[in-house]
This record gives sequence, C-alpha cells and structure tokens, in this order.
Amino acid sequence: MSKMFQSGPLGTIIKSDCQVFYKPGSEPLKIEIESKVDALFSNAIRDLVEKTLASLGIESGSFEIKDFGALPFVMMAQIETVVKRAHPEIAIEVLPEFKTHAQYGTSFGRFRRSRLYLPGNQPKLFLNAGIHKPDCIILDLEDSVPPGEKDAARYIVRNALRTLDFFGAERMVRINQGELGMEDLEAIIPHNVHTILLPKAETAGQVIAMEAKVQSILHEKGLDKKVYYMPILESALGVLNAHAIAMASKNNVGLAMGLEDYTADIGTQRTLEGKESFFARSMLVNAARAAGIQPIDTVFSDVSNEEALRESVRVTKSMGFDGMGCIHPRQIRPIHEEFAPSAAEISRAQTIIMAADEAESRGLGVVAVGSKMIDPPVVKRAQRTIRMAIETGLVAENWKEATAE
Amino acid sequence: MNKKYEMVKNAAGRMVPTEVNGKAQVPYQGVNGYRPVGHKAAPPIASCSDYPMDGNKVVGSIKEALQLAGLKDGMTISSHHHFRNGDLVMNQVFDAAEEIGAKGLMWFPSAAFPCHEPMIRHLESGLIHHIEGSLNGPLGKYASEGKMDGLAVLRSHGGRWQSIQDGEVHIDIAVLAAPTADSIGNATGDRGPSACGLLGFGLADSMYADKVIVVTDNLVPFPCYPWQIQGQNVDYVVVLDKVGEPEKIVSGTTELTKSPDRLYIAELTAKFVKAAGIMKEGFSFQAGAGGTALAFAIYLKEMMIETGVKARFVRGGSTKYLVEMLEEGLTDYILDGQTFDLDGVRSMRENEGHVNTSPFTSYNWHGKGNFASLLDVVVLGATEVDVNFNANVVTHSDGQMLHGIGGWQNCLFSKCTILPIPAFRDRIPVIVDEVTTLVGPGELIDVIITERGIAINPLRSDLIEATRDSGLPIRTIQELKAEIDDLIGGSPQKPKLTDQPIGVVKWVDGTVMDTIFKIENLK
Repeated sequence: MSKMFQSGPLGTIIKSDCQVFYKPGSEPLKIEIESKVDALFSNAIRDLVEKTLASLGIESGSFEIKDFGALPFVMMAQIETVVKRAHPEIAIEVLPEFKTHAQYGTSFGRFRRSRLYLPGNQPKLFLNAGIHKPDCIILDLEDSVPPGEKDAARYIVRNALRTLDFFGAERMVRINQGELGMEDLEAIIPHNVHTILLPKAETAGQVIAMEAKVQSILHEKGLDKKVYYMPILESALGVLNAHAIAMASKNNVGLAMGLEDYTADIGTQRTLEGKESFFARSMLVNAARAAGIQPIDTVFSDVSNEEALRESVRVTKSMGFDGMGCIHPRQIRPIHEEFAPSAAEISRAQTIIMAADEAESRGLGVVAVGSKMIDPPVVKRAQRTIRMAIETGLVAENWKEATAE
Repeated sequence: MNKKYEMVKNAAGRMVPTEVNGKAQVPYQGVNGYRPVGHKAAPPIASCSDYPMDGNKVVGSIKEALQLAGLKDGMTISSHHHFRNGDLVMNQVFDAAEEIGAKGLMWFPSAAFPCHEPMIRHLESGLIHHIEGSLNGPLGKYASEGKMDGLAVLRSHGGRWQSIQDGEVHIDIAVLAAPTADSIGNATGDRGPSACGLLGFGLADSMYADKVIVVTDNLVPFPCYPWQIQGQNVDYVVVLDKVGEPEKIVSGTTELTKSPDRLYIAELTAKFVKAAGIMKEGFSFQAGAGGTALAFAIYLKEMMIETGVKARFVRGGSTKYLVEMLEEGLTDYILDGQTFDLDGVRSMRENEGHVNTSPFTSYNWHGKGNFASLLDVVVLGATEVDVNFNANVVTHSDGQMLHGIGGWQNCLFSKCTILPIPAFRDRIPVIVDEVTTLVGPGELIDVIITERGIAINPLRSDLIEATRDSGLPIRTIQELKAEIDDLIGGSPQKPKLTDQPIGVVKWVDGTVMDTIFKIENLK
C-alpha cells in the first residue's frame, strides 16, 4: 500500500479552491475529477490537470481532484503542491502565463497608507482584492499561513503574482523568518514582486542578507529590476536597532511596526490606549524619518468597529506615521479618509506651493509666505499633501489654474 | 414522462412548446407584441341568500371546507406565499385532499418554499399532478430533475394575475391563509399573532376563484377592519391554532450582505443612480430582496441625506431599511407588494404612508397601466446576462432550475433597470454569449454593474451621455466579458442539455418566452 498525499483546504465548505489526493504508484496515470463547475468546465479542468502533471513529469499513480470552483492558477498550485509533497526531489515549477496586467511597476515614494494583508493559502480572498483600491496588497506567507501549508501558499502566491490584476496596488509579499524566508524568495522574486516585507527584523545584518539573496536570484535569472524592502520591527531588539535597520539598504522604502509580537516580547499586552507601545512607535517614526523612508503602523484588528479604527488612524497619523496595515477591505476607506489632509492642511499646503512656484519663477532661492521663511522639506511635504488631496478627490488635478482664475 | 412536444421558434429565436399542460400556447411575440381580445374571466354568479344571514361562514376543518367547496379530481387549488417559508396551511390542505381521496390536482401557489417539501409525496402519489408557481428549494430541485408530470410554468407576479384574468388558469378553490379574519371572511395580514403584512398575492384568487376558503388563527368579531380580502368573495372560514410562523417570513434573501465585493457593487450602483441624474427631488426607486439590493438602498439613503433629496415613493418588498427611510421622512410612501421582515409588518400597520398594493396595481398586463412603469429606477438581481443585455433569473449557467421570477419581469418596465451582479461566482462568469434561459429581453435592461465595471446598454445613449464624465468605471459589456473570461481561464463550455422540456418561462403577457430543458447526467 502506497501512501496517500493530499493538498488543498480541509473541510467541506470551500470556495474558489480545490483538494487534490495523490497516491503514487506504478500503474498508468488515473485521474478522477469531481467539480462544482463540472457542467461548464469539465473539459478545461481535465486538460489543465493533464498538462500540469505532464509538466511535472508525472506519468503514473492515481489522482483525485475535488474542485470547488478553483481558478486555473490555484488548481495548478495545488497539483504542484501534492506532487512535491510526494516527490520532494522534483524541482520543476509549473508556471501560469505571466499576464501583462501583472507586470506594472511601483515607485519608491508612493503612498502606502493602506496595506491589505491576504493569507497566502486563501486565494479566494485575492481575486477581487485590488478592486477595493488599497495602496498595497500583502500576499502573506508568514503568520497567517499554518506551518503545514507553507509550501502550498508559496506556489499559490507565486501563481497569483503572475496571474492576477491588483489594479495598481503595490505588490508586496511577507516572507517567512529565517531559512524558510530565503526559500520563499527563490520562489517569488522572479514574478514582479515590488516589495518584500521582512518579518521580525532585529539587525541590519538580516536586511543585508536578504538583499544579497534577492540580488543573487535576480542575477541568476538575468533580471534587471529593483526590489524594495520593508522590514517589520516586532521585538525590543528590533526597535532599539531601528535606525540601523532602516539604513541597511537603499532599497528600504519603509519600516513597519508589528505590535502583537512586540508587546509580548516586552512582557505586556496591547491595549486600546497603546501606552505600552508609545516608545516603540515613536522610535520607529524617528528612525524611518532619519533614514528618509516611510514609517508604517501596525494593523487594527477589530474589523467591525469602524469608529475605533478611525480613532486609531487619527492617533497613528498624529504620531507621524504614513500608513498602517489592514486585515479587511472595509478598513481601507476609513484609513484613506483619515490620512487625507484636512481643509486647513490643504489650504496651507497650497499657499506654500504657490509661494514656491512664485520664488522659482522669479529666480529666488528662498521661499517665503508672508514674513515667514519656508524650508525646502516643508515645501516637499506640502507637495505630498496636495498629491494625496488630489488622489482622495479633495482637490482638483488642475487646482493651480482654478486658483489663478 | 418523456412526452414529445411540438416546438416552434418565437420572436426571440427560442424554441418553445405549442402546448403546455394540455393548454394551447402563444409563442412570445416581442416586448409589447401581444394584445389578446375578448372579456376577462369571471367567477360564477353567487346569490347572497345562499350564505348565512348572520354572516357566520365558519366551518369545522379544512377537510370540511374542501368537501363543501366540492373538491373533485383534476381541480386547481391556489394559495398565496406571504408566509414564505413559514406557511403552516398548505401542507394541511393537501393532506386533507388526500383524505378525501382526490387525484390529479393542480397546485397554483404564487410561490412554494422549502417548507412545502411534503408536497413531493403528493406529487409522487398522483394527488398533485403538477404545480404552477415559483418553485424554490426541494420542489424546484424535483421539477429540475424532470420528475414532475407536466411542465413547470414559471410566471412573474404580474403574469400570475394575467393568467387568472384572461382565463388561462381557472382556480376552482382558493385557500387563503389570513393572520386575522372575521366570520364573514373579511381578512387582513397586518395584525394577529401570525401577522405577515399584506395579502396582495391572494387578491386575484379571492376575486376569481369559484370557491374561496379563508384560514385564520385569529378570528375577531365583525368587522375585521381594515380588511385586505373582502368577505363578500369568501365562501368558508376555517379557524386553526396557528397558520404561519412569522419569524420565517424573513428569508436569507432579505439579509444585508457582508461581502466587501457586493457592498462595493451596491455602492457603485448608488453612485451611478446619482451620477445619471436619477436621484433628484421627488424621484422613485425599487430595490428588490437580496443582500446587494438592500445595501444599495442604504448607500442611496446616505447620498439622499447628503444631497438633501427626498423620494416621492419607493416600492417594496418592504424591509426595515425602507421603513427607516419612511419614518425619517426620506420618502412620502412605501408602495408595498410584500413585507419581507417584521419591521415591514409593523410599519404597514402603523404608518399611513406604508401602502398595501398588489400585482394588480403594479404589474398586471391586463391592467390599465401599472405602477412598475412609473418608477425612475429599479435594482434587480440576475444569474446571467448576455452581451445583448438579455438576462436570466430562473436557471443557473449549468442549466439547473433555481429561482422563481417574482416581480422581476414586471419591474423591467421601469425607466431605468439596473442589474448589480458579481462578475463571477466561484468560477462561473455572469456575462455570457447567450443566456441559458431567456427571462428578460435586453431592450428592457439598461445597466449591468459588476465589481469590475459598469456596462450601459448602447440603446441608452442618454445614460451613457449623462455619466460620461462621472469618473465611474464605465466600459463596454464586451470589455467586461473579456476581462472576466481571462480571469476564469476562458469562456465556459455549454452545459449538456437533453431535448426534454421540464418547464417554460412565460412573458408578462402570457406568451411563452423560453423553454427549460432537463440537463444531461443530472447529479
């Protein structure tokens, strides 16, 4: 009796995913398929299963597939998972077509107000994630994925990166800690990941090691592209080394706070008031600002309490953060709205920009509003404020013309 | 059961049977193509002297009432569905008919629900020959499997009234469950321990059936006022301990969605209504049951408050969300066709602006005008639409018969019909080349709204123009279809259907719009 291998979610209430059962053996390949969408996709599914197995070099054994409307990229990943669980020596990757809409880029200084976490082994949550317009989506391989599903999540995330349109959101992946994380990089870096989230960052060395690994993968694949990093500080040591971590790579775009682990590490618990994390958050903001990158706050976990979320965003913004994490699409809009500049902030920023334009047109080196001198960082800040106001629809794109009239 | 049907091609290019359940049929002739002539059907002439002078029509049991009504083999028994899944009467009616020994009956409910599963036993024994009405749950499945003698006839709420008025369906005995009644037969749904709101779906039955039986668990002294059913149309009154479970009138279709994607679609719909200039002072709208439609009403309400706009009337299915709008002064009236929750029931009793309507006022092809066509905008669901904006609500893309039509077809006559629907369910796309079953002609469907964009029917150049600079994601239906097909891994194959009809879809005028065929290898 040969052993039975299995991939896919357990249970019976499954959406947009599938279960694959595989019994290796020497008898000719046998494939049984049972699908919720059989009447409409039986041919396409059989074709996909046969091609995927052929690509993996599987010519014998028996397969049983129970499909609950999995999209092709998901089914391919679950088949690859089960085959590699049975044959860890197989190194072949079965990659879906790399869609054009999955190949857009990002930029160093873009807004990262909202970053939507998506558990890497739950593809049903990926499919429409982009339509809710988070600034970034995080395909998570770390804490939201149970240890037994790390392999499946890696293939699902890799395939999703090649297949799905996230409609302009920055494409982030949170890798695992340690050696597992280095393996994650091998799987995902070639597929247009914009930014790697490095969990539990405690030393500059970790960032340097990660970057070296990424560079070697890019070099090996002959890819000439930039990958950004966002280390997550989740421990006392990480917080104390914040500035060194922030400075460890010129491709760091931000530092993020992870409060669940941090509060446990310092021997306390998270409270709504957040007194226990004031030092860490403030330290992170200062370290990130000193390094010229974005300070990003932790997630707010009570999904159903919008008012409390808004209050927490107001505190976050007032502490100097540029963004925070979210765990549900419905948190995105409140976050964007609370990060949006106030009418007073907008009006002040417009005055500063007009003054700067005026100074430039008259060839003056110094910007002044009334009798007050304005420093260059303040002008830059004002430009950013207006850009955010335009993006949130508070100010018209052509506001200067409108003001001039 | 594998009866051969003579089929003809109708004006929509669909093959339809020329005869259904022994009656000759008219094939669909276009949206406004069919105008029958002659006089409406009428009940037999009655003489008041045949009825108790003291007005007491109470008899001992359902069985006795059926016997007095002259129940015979082959008769048609009708009922309304205001208790939805909480009906306690109709199973008892057919159990009593069984005791009497009747055979070959037709049940003509306005809709059947999962609580009516016991009817399967009566279908199998031959007590019930077939059912004509919206079939939900186990009965829908039974009919989909082709097990029912005769064809399932799917009619809209208005179509049911039409079929009664033009004599297509003759009701021998109507059994009307009533939460409150008096002994002469005046009855209402807005009061009593089993209050369900209104009884509009039983109104035609009360006026056109040969015999009318009112069944209540709350007999009050004359007069039961205000009444919704008039005692002068009623033959017998039966009193039971309990006629319905009002808490079960709230079905899954009346709960608000929590899905972020569907909320997004609902919000997009409300934004469209505003951008198109429809949401203006004194406007009107109807949002059906179903989580997305309910969420639409909530978003629209927020926008109405922001903009300071009030509606003149909204049409229900009333829910607590519409009741809130009425009580907050955001609409002058709710014109209610069926109460979907207990807040609706309360409001109907308490608020003067919460008006009891019926398919006669709103939907009937043989009426001299309808409320449905006065609406500025209506928001409905669908299982499929095709690239010509034709839509389906009765079958799924795999051919399985799923839902009744409800008021859906009748509502298409509004000034703007919007279908907000998810781009795909599991892997199944909502936009197809050709709908599996034609239920709504594309010329009446104006806008499709999915989470991946909005498609406006090219016939509505006014809406296209009005929303051109709205910033909304407006795209062609072909673009939307291409994006969705790309995501799901290509267009699906066609489901394998047999040539065995299991049901027909009627258009609002009584003509046959399409045929539902049994699917091959049904699981």
